[in-house]
Amino acid sequence: MQQDQSSAPLRRVQPARRRWPWPLDLYQSAVGKKWAMAVTGVMLLGFVFFHMLGNLKVYLGPAQINHYGEWLRDIAVPALPRTVFLWLLRCGLIAAFAVHMHAAYALTRMNHRARPTKYASERDYVAANFASRTMRWTGIIVILFLFFHLADLTWGSLNPHFVRGNVYHNMAYSFSRVPVAAIYIVANLALAVHIFHGAWSLFASLGVSNPKLVAFRRRFAVGFASIILLGNISFPIAVQAHIIEDHGSTPYHAPTEQGR
Amino acid sequence: MSQTNGQTGGQTAVHHGRTLDLKLCIWRQPGPRAEGRMVEYDLPGVSEDMSFLEMLDLLNERLIAKEQEPVAFEHDCREGICGSCGMMINGQAHGPQLGTATCQLHMRKFNSGDVIEIEPWRAAAFPIVRDLVVNRSALDRIVEAGGYISVTAGAAPEANIIPVPKPVADAAFDAAACIGCGACVAACPNGAAQLFTAAKVAHLNLLPQGQAERFSRTEAMVERMEEFFGSCTFHGECEAACPKRISLENIVLMNGDYVRAKFKNRRLAGRR
Ligand code: SF4
Repeated sequence: MQQDQSSAPLRRVQPARRRWPWPLDLYQSAVGKKWAMAVTGVMLLGFVFFHMLGNLKVYLGPAQINHYGEWLRDIAVPALPRTVFLWLLRCGLIAAFAVHMHAAYALTRMNHRARPTKYASERDYVAANFASRTMRWTGIIVILFLFFHLADLTWGSLNPHFVRGNVYHNMAYSFSRVPVAAIYIVANLALAVHIFHGAWSLFASLGVSNPKLVAFRRRFAVGFASIILLGNISFPIAVQAHIIEDHGSTPYHAPTEQGR
Repeated sequence: MSQTNGQTGGQTAVHHGRTLDLKLCIWRQPGPRAEGRMVEYDLPGVSEDMSFLEMLDLLNERLIAKEQEPVAFEHDCREGICGSCGMMINGQAHGPQLGTATCQLHMRKFNSGDVIEIEPWRAAAFPIVRDLVVNRSALDRIVEAGGYISVTAGAAPEANIIPVPKPVADAAFDAAACIGCGACVAACPNGAAQLFTAAKVAHLNLLPQGQAERFSRTEAMVERMEEFFGSCTFHGECEAACPKRISLENIVLMNGDYVRAKFKNRRLAGRR
Protein backbone atom coordinates (compact mmCIF):
# COMPACT_ATOMS: atom_id res chain seq x y z
CA MET A 1 0.00 0.00 0.00
CA GLN A 2 1.16 3.48 -0.84
CA GLN A 3 2.55 5.81 1.76
CA ASP A 4 0.14 8.53 2.70
CA GLN A 5 1.82 11.84 1.92
CA SER A 6 -1.00 14.02 3.18
CA SER A 7 -0.56 16.35 6.10
CA ALA A 8 -3.77 14.84 7.45
CA PRO A 9 -2.84 11.16 7.60
CA LEU A 10 -5.43 8.40 7.34
CA ARG A 11 -6.53 6.44 10.34
CA ARG A 12 -8.03 2.98 10.25
CA VAL A 13 -11.28 2.49 12.09
CA GLN A 14 -10.88 -1.28 12.08
CA PRO A 15 -7.89 -2.68 13.90
CA ALA A 16 -6.00 -5.32 11.93
CA ARG A 17 -7.22 -8.73 13.07
CA ARG A 18 -6.18 -12.28 12.50
CA ARG A 19 -8.35 -13.95 9.89
CA TRP A 20 -10.74 -16.55 11.22
CA PRO A 21 -10.93 -19.91 9.46
CA TRP A 22 -13.35 -20.30 6.57
CA PRO A 23 -16.36 -19.86 6.57
CA LEU A 24 -16.31 -17.81 9.79
CA ASP A 25 -14.18 -15.17 8.08
CA LEU A 26 -17.34 -14.10 6.29
CA TYR A 27 -18.76 -13.01 9.64
CA GLN A 28 -15.62 -10.99 10.35
CA SER A 29 -16.54 -8.57 7.61
CA ALA A 30 -19.31 -6.03 7.93
CA VAL A 31 -20.90 -7.21 4.68
CA GLY A 32 -20.85 -10.74 6.11
CA LYS A 33 -22.42 -9.53 9.35
CA LYS A 34 -25.19 -7.90 7.37
CA TRP A 35 -25.66 -11.17 5.51
CA ALA A 36 -25.90 -13.01 8.82
CA MET A 37 -28.39 -10.41 10.03
CA ALA A 38 -30.47 -10.97 6.92
CA VAL A 39 -30.41 -14.76 7.25
CA THR A 40 -31.31 -14.65 10.95
CA GLY A 41 -33.81 -11.91 10.12
CA VAL A 42 -35.56 -14.27 7.71
CA MET A 43 -35.68 -16.92 10.43
CA LEU A 44 -37.14 -14.44 12.91
CA LEU A 45 -39.63 -13.15 10.34
CA GLY A 46 -40.73 -16.74 9.78
CA PHE A 47 -41.20 -17.21 13.51
CA VAL A 48 -43.12 -13.96 13.94
CA PHE A 49 -45.39 -14.87 11.03
CA PHE A 50 -46.26 -18.38 12.18
CA HIS A 51 -46.59 -17.22 15.79
CA MET A 52 -49.17 -14.68 14.67
CA LEU A 53 -50.89 -17.20 12.40
CA GLY A 54 -51.15 -19.82 15.15
CA ASN A 55 -52.50 -17.31 17.62
CA LEU A 56 -55.35 -16.45 15.26
CA LYS A 57 -56.83 -19.75 16.46
CA VAL A 58 -57.89 -17.88 19.56
CA TYR A 59 -60.80 -16.63 17.47
CA LEU A 60 -62.00 -20.23 17.06
CA GLY A 61 -62.44 -20.60 20.79
CA PRO A 62 -60.57 -22.03 23.80
CA ALA A 63 -60.68 -25.66 22.70
CA GLN A 64 -58.99 -24.88 19.38
CA ILE A 65 -56.16 -22.67 20.62
CA ASN A 66 -55.42 -24.85 23.63
CA HIS A 67 -55.30 -27.91 21.40
CA TYR A 68 -52.94 -26.04 19.06
CA GLY A 69 -50.71 -25.20 22.03
CA GLU A 70 -50.52 -28.87 22.96
CA TRP A 71 -49.84 -29.87 19.38
CA LEU A 72 -46.76 -27.61 19.31
CA ARG A 73 -45.31 -29.81 22.04
CA ASP A 74 -46.32 -32.94 20.21
CA ILE A 75 -44.73 -32.17 16.83
CA ALA A 76 -42.58 -35.02 15.54
CA VAL A 77 -43.85 -37.39 18.25
CA PRO A 78 -43.25 -40.35 18.22
CA ALA A 79 -40.06 -39.94 16.17
CA LEU A 80 -38.83 -37.64 18.95
CA PRO A 81 -39.94 -37.46 22.57
CA ARG A 82 -42.57 -34.86 23.42
CA THR A 83 -41.40 -31.18 23.30
CA VAL A 84 -38.00 -32.10 21.80
CA PHE A 85 -38.85 -30.71 18.39
CA LEU A 86 -40.26 -27.57 20.00
CA TRP A 87 -37.00 -27.15 21.88
CA LEU A 88 -35.01 -27.57 18.69
CA LEU A 89 -37.04 -24.74 17.17
CA ARG A 90 -36.53 -22.65 20.27
CA CYS A 91 -32.77 -23.24 20.22
CA GLY A 92 -32.70 -22.16 16.59
CA LEU A 93 -34.56 -18.99 17.49
CA ILE A 94 -32.31 -18.21 20.43
CA ALA A 95 -29.27 -18.66 18.19
CA ALA A 96 -30.83 -16.43 15.54
CA PHE A 97 -31.54 -13.74 18.13
CA ALA A 98 -27.99 -13.98 19.46
CA VAL A 99 -26.36 -13.64 16.06
CA HIS A 100 -28.75 -10.87 14.98
CA MET A 101 -28.05 -8.84 18.11
CA HIS A 102 -24.33 -9.44 18.17
CA ALA A 103 -23.99 -8.32 14.55
CA ALA A 104 -26.13 -5.25 15.24
CA TYR A 105 -24.00 -4.36 18.24
CA ALA A 106 -20.70 -4.85 16.41
CA LEU A 107 -21.82 -2.89 13.36
CA THR A 108 -23.17 -0.04 15.49
CA ARG A 109 -19.80 0.26 17.20
CA MET A 110 -18.02 0.20 13.87
CA ASN A 111 -20.32 2.92 12.52
CA HIS A 112 -19.77 5.13 15.52
CA ARG A 113 -16.04 4.84 15.03
CA ALA A 114 -16.43 5.66 11.34
CA ARG A 115 -18.49 8.80 11.98
CA PRO A 116 -17.21 10.22 15.26
CA THR A 117 -17.98 13.89 14.58
CA LYS A 118 -21.48 15.12 13.94
CA TYR A 119 -22.29 17.92 11.54
CA ALA A 120 -22.82 21.30 13.14
CA SER A 121 -25.77 22.07 10.90
CA GLU A 122 -29.08 20.25 11.12
CA ARG A 123 -28.88 17.17 8.88
CA ASP A 124 -31.46 17.34 6.14
CA TYR A 125 -32.21 13.67 5.50
CA VAL A 126 -33.52 13.01 2.03
CA ALA A 127 -33.88 9.25 1.81
CA ALA A 128 -33.37 7.83 5.30
CA ASN A 129 -36.76 7.23 6.86
CA PHE A 130 -38.01 6.92 10.40
CA ALA A 131 -37.77 3.13 10.28
CA SER A 132 -34.19 2.97 9.01
CA ARG A 133 -32.97 5.54 11.51
CA THR A 134 -34.61 3.89 14.53
CA MET A 135 -33.65 0.26 13.88
CA ARG A 136 -31.53 -0.03 16.99
CA TRP A 137 -34.20 1.54 19.20
CA THR A 138 -37.08 -0.49 17.81
CA GLY A 139 -34.83 -3.55 18.09
CA ILE A 140 -34.14 -2.85 21.76
CA ILE A 141 -37.86 -2.29 22.43
CA VAL A 142 -38.65 -5.61 20.76
CA ILE A 143 -36.11 -7.59 22.80
CA LEU A 144 -37.22 -6.01 26.08
CA PHE A 145 -40.82 -6.73 25.14
CA LEU A 146 -39.88 -10.30 24.31
CA PHE A 147 -38.76 -10.94 27.89
CA PHE A 148 -41.90 -9.30 29.23
CA HIS A 149 -44.01 -11.40 26.88
CA LEU A 150 -42.27 -14.65 27.95
CA ALA A 151 -42.70 -13.78 31.63
CA ASP A 152 -46.33 -12.93 30.99
CA LEU A 153 -47.56 -15.78 28.81
CA THR A 154 -44.90 -18.52 28.77
CA TRP A 155 -43.43 -18.62 32.27
CA GLY A 156 -46.45 -16.95 33.85
CA SER A 157 -44.40 -15.09 36.42
CA LEU A 158 -45.98 -11.74 35.55
CA ASN A 159 -49.46 -13.19 35.27
CA PRO A 160 -51.09 -13.87 38.69
CA HIS A 161 -53.88 -15.95 37.13
CA PHE A 162 -51.59 -18.04 34.94
CA VAL A 163 -52.84 -21.56 34.20
CA ARG A 164 -50.33 -23.76 32.42
CA GLY A 165 -51.73 -25.09 29.17
CA ASN A 166 -54.78 -22.81 29.13
CA VAL A 167 -53.60 -20.41 26.44
CA TYR A 168 -57.05 -18.91 25.99
CA HIS A 169 -57.52 -18.09 29.63
CA ASN A 170 -54.01 -16.66 30.03
CA MET A 171 -54.37 -14.44 26.99
CA ALA A 172 -57.85 -13.24 27.95
CA TYR A 173 -56.76 -12.44 31.48
CA SER A 174 -53.49 -10.79 30.50
CA PHE A 175 -54.93 -8.50 27.85
CA SER A 176 -57.86 -7.51 30.05
CA ARG A 177 -55.37 -5.39 32.02
CA VAL A 178 -55.30 -2.05 30.18
CA PRO A 179 -51.60 -1.25 30.75
CA VAL A 180 -50.60 -4.71 29.53
CA ALA A 181 -52.76 -4.36 26.43
CA ALA A 182 -51.12 -0.99 25.82
CA ILE A 183 -47.63 -2.48 26.16
CA TYR A 184 -48.49 -5.15 23.59
CA ILE A 185 -49.82 -2.59 21.15
CA VAL A 186 -46.85 -0.22 21.50
CA ALA A 187 -44.32 -3.06 21.26
CA ASN A 188 -46.02 -4.38 18.15
CA LEU A 189 -45.86 -0.95 16.55
CA ALA A 190 -42.10 -0.95 17.22
CA LEU A 191 -41.90 -4.47 15.80
CA ALA A 192 -43.76 -3.42 12.64
CA VAL A 193 -41.44 -0.44 12.11
CA HIS A 194 -38.43 -2.74 12.61
CA ILE A 195 -39.85 -5.28 10.17
CA PHE A 196 -40.63 -2.58 7.62
CA HIS A 197 -36.95 -1.69 7.22
CA GLY A 198 -35.68 -5.21 7.84
CA ALA A 199 -37.92 -6.97 5.35
CA TRP A 200 -36.87 -4.45 2.72
CA SER A 201 -33.15 -4.30 3.37
CA LEU A 202 -32.67 -8.05 3.78
CA PHE A 203 -32.86 -8.36 0.00
CA ALA A 204 -29.95 -5.95 -0.29
CA SER A 205 -27.92 -7.76 2.37
CA LEU A 206 -28.51 -11.07 0.65
CA GLY A 207 -27.52 -9.56 -2.69
CA VAL A 208 -30.83 -10.18 -4.44
CA SER A 209 -30.30 -7.65 -7.20
CA ASN A 210 -32.74 -8.58 -9.92
CA PRO A 211 -34.26 -5.28 -11.15
CA LYS A 212 -37.58 -7.08 -11.53
CA LEU A 213 -37.72 -7.36 -7.75
CA VAL A 214 -37.10 -3.69 -6.98
CA ALA A 215 -40.77 -2.76 -6.71
CA PHE A 216 -41.64 -6.07 -5.06
CA ARG A 217 -39.22 -5.53 -2.17
CA ARG A 218 -41.04 -2.42 -0.93
CA ARG A 219 -44.46 -4.00 -1.35
CA PHE A 220 -43.28 -7.10 0.48
CA ALA A 221 -41.94 -5.05 3.39
CA VAL A 222 -45.11 -2.96 3.69
CA GLY A 223 -47.36 -6.00 3.33
CA PHE A 224 -45.44 -8.17 5.76
CA ALA A 225 -45.15 -5.47 8.41
CA SER A 226 -48.85 -4.62 8.17
CA ILE A 227 -50.01 -8.23 8.32
CA ILE A 228 -47.94 -8.86 11.44
CA LEU A 229 -49.07 -5.60 13.01
CA LEU A 230 -52.77 -6.11 12.32
CA GLY A 231 -52.74 -9.74 13.40
CA ASN A 232 -50.85 -9.16 16.61
CA ILE A 233 -52.59 -6.04 17.87
CA SER A 234 -55.96 -7.60 17.12
CA PHE A 235 -55.57 -9.84 20.21
CA PRO A 236 -55.32 -7.17 22.91
CA ILE A 237 -57.92 -5.10 21.08
CA ALA A 238 -60.31 -8.06 20.85
CA VAL A 239 -59.95 -8.72 24.55
CA GLN A 240 -60.45 -5.07 25.43
CA ALA A 241 -63.49 -4.98 23.15
CA HIS A 242 -64.88 -8.11 24.89
CA ILE A 243 -64.79 -10.07 21.64
CA ILE A 244 -62.55 -12.57 23.42
CA GLU A 245 -63.83 -13.39 26.91
CA ASP A 246 -63.01 -16.31 29.12
CA HIS A 247 -65.97 -18.18 30.55
CA GLY A 248 -64.32 -21.03 32.40
CA SER A 249 -62.09 -22.51 29.70
CA THR A 250 -59.93 -25.50 30.57
CA PRO A 251 -56.58 -26.72 29.25
CA TYR A 252 -56.75 -29.18 26.38
CA HIS A 253 -57.12 -32.78 27.45
CA ALA A 254 -56.04 -35.50 25.10
CA PRO A 255 -58.77 -38.01 24.30
CA THR A 256 -58.47 -41.07 26.53
CA GLU A 257 -57.20 -44.34 25.15
CA GLN A 258 -60.72 -45.72 24.98
CA GLY A 259 -61.95 -42.72 23.06
CA ARG A 260 -59.46 -43.27 20.25
CA MET B 1 -41.35 38.71 -21.30
CA SER B 2 -44.55 38.21 -23.25
CA GLN B 3 -43.16 35.99 -25.95
CA THR B 4 -45.48 33.71 -27.84
CA ASN B 5 -44.01 30.39 -28.78
CA GLY B 6 -41.21 30.74 -31.26
CA GLN B 7 -42.57 33.99 -32.73
CA THR B 8 -39.66 36.18 -31.78
CA GLY B 9 -36.75 33.91 -32.52
CA GLY B 10 -33.25 35.26 -32.18
CA GLN B 11 -34.13 37.62 -29.40
CA THR B 12 -32.30 36.74 -26.23
CA ALA B 13 -33.81 37.94 -23.03
CA VAL B 14 -31.60 40.43 -21.27
CA HIS B 15 -31.55 39.08 -17.80
CA HIS B 16 -30.90 41.35 -14.90
CA GLY B 17 -30.39 38.79 -12.19
CA ARG B 18 -31.25 39.35 -8.61
CA THR B 19 -28.47 39.89 -6.18
CA LEU B 20 -28.53 38.16 -2.86
CA ASP B 21 -27.32 39.26 0.52
CA LEU B 22 -26.17 36.18 2.34
CA LYS B 23 -24.94 35.18 5.71
CA LEU B 24 -22.41 32.34 5.53
CA CYS B 25 -21.46 30.05 8.36
CA ILE B 26 -18.26 28.27 7.42
CA TRP B 27 -16.10 25.70 9.18
CA ARG B 28 -12.65 27.23 9.65
CA GLN B 29 -9.82 24.98 10.71
CA PRO B 30 -6.23 26.14 10.09
CA GLY B 31 -4.72 22.65 9.96
CA PRO B 32 -5.28 18.92 10.52
CA ARG B 33 -4.53 19.00 14.21
CA ALA B 34 -5.90 22.47 14.94
CA GLU B 35 -9.23 23.21 16.57
CA GLY B 36 -11.94 24.20 14.14
CA ARG B 37 -15.08 26.28 14.53
CA MET B 38 -17.95 27.73 12.56
CA VAL B 39 -17.28 31.35 11.56
CA GLU B 40 -19.93 33.76 10.28
CA TYR B 41 -19.45 36.00 7.27
CA ASP B 42 -21.78 38.58 5.74
CA LEU B 43 -21.67 38.43 1.98
CA PRO B 44 -23.83 41.06 0.29
CA GLY B 45 -24.20 41.52 -3.45
CA VAL B 46 -23.99 37.92 -4.69
CA SER B 47 -25.32 37.55 -8.23
CA GLU B 48 -27.85 34.77 -8.56
CA ASP B 49 -26.05 33.68 -11.74
CA MET B 50 -22.94 32.76 -9.80
CA SER B 51 -22.17 29.17 -9.11
CA PHE B 52 -21.71 28.17 -5.50
CA LEU B 53 -17.94 28.07 -5.97
CA GLU B 54 -17.91 31.53 -7.59
CA MET B 55 -19.76 32.77 -4.55
CA LEU B 56 -16.95 31.36 -2.39
CA ASP B 57 -14.40 32.97 -4.76
CA LEU B 58 -16.13 36.29 -4.15
CA LEU B 59 -15.95 35.77 -0.42
CA ASN B 60 -12.25 34.91 -0.67
CA GLU B 61 -11.49 38.00 -2.79
CA ARG B 62 -13.08 40.17 -0.16
CA LEU B 63 -11.27 38.32 2.65
CA ILE B 64 -7.96 38.77 0.84
CA ALA B 65 -8.70 42.47 0.34
CA LYS B 66 -9.19 42.71 4.08
CA GLU B 67 -5.92 40.77 4.53
CA GLN B 68 -7.69 37.82 6.08
CA GLU B 69 -7.04 34.17 5.39
CA PRO B 70 -9.23 32.93 2.48
CA VAL B 71 -11.40 29.84 2.94
CA ALA B 72 -9.63 26.75 1.62
CA PHE B 73 -11.86 24.57 -0.55
CA GLU B 74 -11.08 21.98 -3.17
CA HIS B 75 -12.09 22.59 -6.78
CA ASP B 76 -10.85 21.72 -10.21
CA CYS B 77 -12.96 21.20 -13.32
CA ARG B 78 -16.00 23.17 -12.13
CA GLU B 79 -18.19 21.17 -14.50
CA GLY B 80 -19.18 18.26 -12.32
CA ILE B 81 -16.73 15.63 -13.49
CA CYS B 82 -13.63 15.86 -11.33
CA GLY B 83 -15.22 15.14 -7.97
CA SER B 84 -13.11 17.51 -5.91
CA CYS B 85 -15.55 20.24 -4.87
CA GLY B 86 -17.59 18.39 -2.28
CA MET B 87 -18.87 20.21 0.78
CA MET B 88 -21.80 19.95 3.13
CA ILE B 89 -24.23 22.79 2.43
CA ASN B 90 -27.00 23.28 4.99
CA GLY B 91 -26.71 19.67 6.04
CA GLN B 92 -26.86 18.28 2.51
CA ALA B 93 -23.91 16.93 0.60
CA HIS B 94 -23.37 19.07 -2.53
CA GLY B 95 -26.30 21.23 -1.43
CA PRO B 96 -30.03 21.10 -1.96
CA GLN B 97 -30.02 20.30 -5.68
CA LEU B 98 -30.17 16.56 -6.37
CA GLY B 99 -27.89 14.91 -8.90
CA THR B 100 -25.29 17.68 -9.14
CA ALA B 101 -21.93 18.51 -7.61
CA THR B 102 -21.34 21.71 -5.64
CA CYS B 103 -19.87 23.44 -8.71
CA GLN B 104 -23.12 22.88 -10.61
CA LEU B 105 -25.22 24.44 -7.89
CA HIS B 106 -26.16 28.04 -8.61
CA MET B 107 -27.01 30.84 -6.25
CA ARG B 108 -30.46 31.19 -7.79
CA LYS B 109 -31.36 28.22 -5.64
CA PHE B 110 -31.03 30.52 -2.62
CA ASN B 111 -32.81 33.62 -1.42
CA SER B 112 -31.56 36.92 -0.12
CA GLY B 113 -31.24 36.81 3.65
CA ASP B 114 -30.52 33.06 3.71
CA VAL B 115 -28.05 31.69 6.20
CA ILE B 116 -25.89 29.07 4.48
CA GLU B 117 -23.95 26.65 6.64
CA ILE B 118 -20.92 25.13 4.93
CA GLU B 119 -18.95 22.27 6.44
CA PRO B 120 -16.36 19.81 5.24
CA TRP B 121 -17.21 16.12 4.74
CA ARG B 122 -17.19 14.44 8.10
CA ALA B 123 -16.01 10.86 8.49
CA ALA B 124 -13.19 9.26 10.42
CA ALA B 125 -11.70 8.22 7.07
CA PHE B 126 -11.71 11.80 5.75
CA PRO B 127 -9.40 13.77 8.07
CA ILE B 128 -9.67 17.52 7.58
CA VAL B 129 -6.63 19.05 5.91
CA ARG B 130 -7.78 22.64 6.22
CA ASP B 131 -11.17 24.42 6.35
CA LEU B 132 -13.35 22.58 3.82
CA VAL B 133 -10.59 20.40 2.37
CA VAL B 134 -10.46 16.77 3.48
CA ASN B 135 -8.07 13.95 2.65
CA ARG B 136 -10.11 11.56 0.52
CA SER B 137 -7.27 9.18 -0.26
CA ALA B 138 -8.97 6.36 1.68
CA LEU B 139 -11.06 6.05 -1.49
CA ASP B 140 -7.86 5.56 -3.50
CA ARG B 141 -6.79 2.83 -1.09
CA ILE B 142 -9.99 0.96 -1.99
CA VAL B 143 -9.38 1.28 -5.72
CA GLU B 144 -5.78 0.12 -5.26
CA ALA B 145 -7.09 -3.08 -3.71
CA GLY B 146 -8.79 -4.23 -6.91
CA GLY B 147 -10.44 -1.48 -8.93
CA TYR B 148 -8.71 -2.44 -12.15
CA ILE B 149 -8.43 -5.26 -14.64
CA SER B 150 -5.11 -6.92 -15.32
CA VAL B 151 -4.36 -7.20 -19.02
CA THR B 152 -1.29 -7.97 -20.99
CA ALA B 153 -0.43 -4.65 -22.54
CA GLY B 154 0.02 -5.16 -26.25
CA ALA B 155 -1.56 -3.86 -29.38
CA ALA B 156 -5.09 -2.59 -28.81
CA PRO B 157 -7.54 -5.43 -29.53
CA GLU B 158 -10.33 -5.03 -32.04
CA ALA B 159 -12.99 -3.07 -30.12
CA ASN B 160 -15.98 -5.24 -30.91
CA ILE B 161 -14.34 -8.61 -30.39
CA ILE B 162 -16.13 -9.10 -27.05
CA PRO B 163 -19.86 -8.67 -27.44
CA VAL B 164 -21.40 -6.63 -24.62
CA PRO B 165 -25.21 -6.52 -24.58
CA LYS B 166 -26.68 -3.02 -24.45
CA PRO B 167 -28.31 -3.33 -20.98
CA VAL B 168 -24.97 -4.58 -19.62
CA ALA B 169 -23.06 -1.70 -21.16
CA ASP B 170 -25.62 0.78 -19.82
CA ALA B 171 -25.45 -0.62 -16.30
CA ALA B 172 -21.64 -0.61 -16.35
CA PHE B 173 -21.52 2.94 -17.70
CA ASP B 174 -23.95 4.14 -15.04
CA ALA B 175 -21.70 2.70 -12.34
CA ALA B 176 -18.58 4.07 -14.01
CA ALA B 177 -20.00 7.59 -13.77
CA CYS B 178 -18.79 7.77 -10.15
CA ILE B 179 -16.40 10.70 -9.77
CA GLY B 180 -15.06 9.72 -6.37
CA CYS B 181 -16.28 12.87 -4.66
CA GLY B 182 -17.03 11.20 -1.34
CA ALA B 183 -20.50 12.69 -0.94
CA CYS B 184 -21.89 9.22 -0.31
CA VAL B 185 -19.60 8.84 2.71
CA ALA B 186 -20.35 12.35 3.90
CA ALA B 187 -24.10 11.87 3.67
CA CYS B 188 -24.12 8.42 5.25
CA PRO B 189 -25.05 8.46 8.94
CA ASN B 190 -22.70 5.48 9.33
CA GLY B 191 -19.76 6.98 7.44
CA ALA B 192 -19.88 4.06 5.00
CA ALA B 193 -18.27 4.09 1.57
CA GLN B 194 -20.50 1.37 0.19
CA LEU B 195 -21.86 3.35 -2.75
CA PHE B 196 -18.42 4.43 -3.96
CA THR B 197 -16.95 0.96 -3.58
CA ALA B 198 -19.99 -0.67 -5.15
CA ALA B 199 -19.76 1.66 -8.15
CA LYS B 200 -16.07 0.84 -8.60
CA VAL B 201 -16.74 -2.88 -8.19
CA ALA B 202 -19.81 -2.91 -10.42
CA HIS B 203 -18.42 -1.13 -13.46
CA LEU B 204 -15.85 -3.92 -13.75
CA ASN B 205 -17.82 -6.88 -12.40
CA LEU B 206 -20.65 -6.25 -14.85
CA LEU B 207 -18.48 -6.46 -17.95
CA PRO B 208 -16.98 -9.56 -19.58
CA GLN B 209 -13.50 -8.07 -19.22
CA GLY B 210 -13.95 -7.86 -15.45
CA GLN B 211 -14.94 -11.47 -14.90
CA ALA B 212 -11.46 -12.94 -14.46
CA GLU B 213 -10.86 -11.00 -11.24
CA ARG B 214 -14.49 -10.63 -10.20
CA PHE B 215 -14.35 -12.46 -6.88
CA SER B 216 -10.83 -11.59 -5.80
CA ARG B 217 -11.56 -7.95 -6.64
CA THR B 218 -14.79 -7.84 -4.68
CA GLU B 219 -13.26 -9.52 -1.67
CA ALA B 220 -10.18 -7.29 -1.61
CA MET B 221 -12.03 -4.03 -2.19
CA VAL B 222 -14.74 -4.71 0.39
CA GLU B 223 -12.18 -5.69 3.01
CA ARG B 224 -10.03 -2.65 2.30
CA MET B 225 -13.14 -0.46 2.50
CA GLU B 226 -14.00 -1.85 5.91
CA GLU B 227 -10.61 -0.88 7.30
CA PHE B 228 -11.57 2.77 6.93
CA PHE B 229 -15.32 3.13 6.70
CA GLY B 230 -18.55 2.20 8.46
CA SER B 231 -21.12 -0.36 7.39
CA CYS B 232 -24.16 0.01 5.19
CA THR B 233 -27.65 -0.03 6.72
CA PHE B 234 -29.48 0.98 3.53
CA HIS B 235 -30.69 4.39 4.60
CA GLY B 236 -30.28 5.45 0.99
CA GLU B 237 -28.79 8.85 1.86
CA CYS B 238 -25.77 8.16 -0.37
CA GLU B 239 -27.92 7.64 -3.43
CA ALA B 240 -29.75 10.90 -2.74
CA ALA B 241 -26.51 12.81 -2.24
CA CYS B 242 -24.63 11.36 -5.20
CA PRO B 243 -24.03 13.94 -7.95
CA LYS B 244 -23.90 11.11 -10.47
CA ARG B 245 -27.02 9.35 -9.26
CA ILE B 246 -25.19 6.07 -8.66
CA SER B 247 -27.86 3.52 -7.81
CA LEU B 248 -28.15 1.65 -4.51
CA GLU B 249 -28.59 -1.48 -6.62
CA ASN B 250 -24.82 -1.51 -7.11
CA ILE B 251 -24.47 -2.13 -3.38
CA VAL B 252 -26.86 -5.06 -3.61
CA LEU B 253 -24.76 -6.44 -6.44
CA MET B 254 -21.52 -6.01 -4.49
CA ASN B 255 -22.97 -7.67 -1.38
CA GLY B 256 -24.02 -10.66 -3.44
CA ASP B 257 -20.61 -10.94 -5.10
CA TYR B 258 -18.80 -10.60 -1.77
CA VAL B 259 -20.71 -13.44 -0.13
CA ARG B 260 -20.30 -15.53 -3.28
CA ALA B 261 -16.57 -14.78 -3.29
CA LYS B 262 -16.32 -16.54 0.06
CA PHE B 263 -17.89 -19.74 -1.25
CA LYS B 264 -16.93 -19.88 -4.91
CA ASN B 265 -14.52 -22.49 -6.15
CA ARG B 266 -12.35 -20.08 -8.09
CA ARG B 267 -10.68 -22.82 -10.07
CA LEU B 268 -13.96 -23.27 -11.85
CA ALA B 269 -14.43 -19.58 -12.55
CA GLY B 270 -13.47 -20.03 -16.19
CA ARG B 271 -16.44 -22.29 -16.87
CA ARG B 272 -19.79 -20.93 -17.86
S1 SF4 C 1 -20.81 7.12 -5.61
FE1 SF4 C 1 -21.55 9.19 -6.08
S2 SF4 C 1 -21.35 10.30 -4.14
FE2 SF4 C 1 -20.07 8.45 -3.95
S3 SF4 C 1 -18.02 9.08 -4.59
FE3 SF4 C 1 -19.06 8.27 -6.43
S4 SF4 C 1 -19.96 10.09 -7.40
FE4 SF4 C 1 -19.46 10.70 -5.29
